[in-house]
Amino acid sequence: MRTDLPGHQHEWLDDDAGPVVRPYTLTGGRVRPDADGFDLVAYVLARPDPNLAAFPELHPEHRLLVELAGRGTPLVELAAGLDLAIGVVRVLLGDLLSRGLVSVHQPPRATYLPDNDILKAVVDGLRAL
Amino acid sequence: MDSVRYDVERRGHRVPIALKILIAGGFGAGKTTLVSALSEVQPLQTEEILTGAGIDTDDLSGVETKSTTTVAMDFGRITINEDLQLYLFGTPGQDRFWFLWDELAFGALGAVVLADTRRLADCFPSIDYFEQRGIPFVVGVNCFDGSRRFSLGAVRRALDLDPDVPMVLCDARDRQSGKAVLISLVEHVARQRGEPVPAA
Repeated sequence: MRTDLPGHQHEWLDDDAGPVVRPYTLTGGRVRPDADGFDLVAYVLARPDPNLAAFPELHPEHRLLVELAGRGTPLVELAAGLDLAIGVVRVLLGDLLSRGLVSVHQPPRATYLPDNDILKAVVDGLRAL
Repeated sequence: MDSVRYDVERRGHRVPIALKILIAGGFGAGKTTLVSALSEVQPLQTEEILTGAGIDTDDLSGVETKSTTTVAMDFGRITINEDLQLYLFGTPGQDRFWFLWDELAFGALGAVVLADTRRLADCFPSIDYFEQRGIPFVVGVNCFDGSRRFSLGAVRRALDLDPDVPMVLCDARDRQSGKAVLISLVEHVARQRGEPVPAA
């Protein structure tokens, strides 16, 4: 147990910081997803016709995630859509992934783009905007 | 783990490529304004939880029972085509949020550093960060109304920029101007990779 209990002055708690919260209540105290490291723009896709009824232990937020991911959605947009912190969404996604309800596709690192024409497509696309 | 993370593509559903671009710079340099000007949707906001990682180590033990705080991030989206999207992330300004920068920067295409000529030194930490990590970036010199106009050469000298780092004058409120900054970034990335993009 750490000694810096809530209420103790932290140097990082000032006007620039957001509200003090207990964000991991929803995840039952878990701070690490079962599968760590989902990128901010990892593409989350729900399985077709997910059988949510088989998983009564899931929270409403899990179900909303599956719904939002029905069309395929990047993680950061899921977090914004549910108004949940990214770290919380990662844990919830880990739950869904381990139950086979979603697939999570990591983006390619820009240094290893699979296709040399992508940068040209980006420039052309921006010019056409 | 990788077999989970790099899941097979679902038949009939192509997974689009999402590229991250960071919009950095000092407080008040126009980061959020630029994201707003460029995004096809109202910029969205999300938040990340400030963990022990932001303070000293990666040790998260105890954090689940502790109160903590969150850091808000603005982001916007530009759809290039159905297979390709750009995500623009405004970087949080305070030094203690570097751990978030690492997350934003991981795998990113590159960064725009917005410079305000009234407070040039404010963008030094951003430039240092990207230089040290070898992340390609361009400097957008945001021309605020009434701000004194410096020559690009003078700003480049003041920032001690490498000669190959592009500098562009811009107006963060203006979409066309912001587009030009992004184009110069992507062209810079392409040149660095030895595959220059042909001029329009």
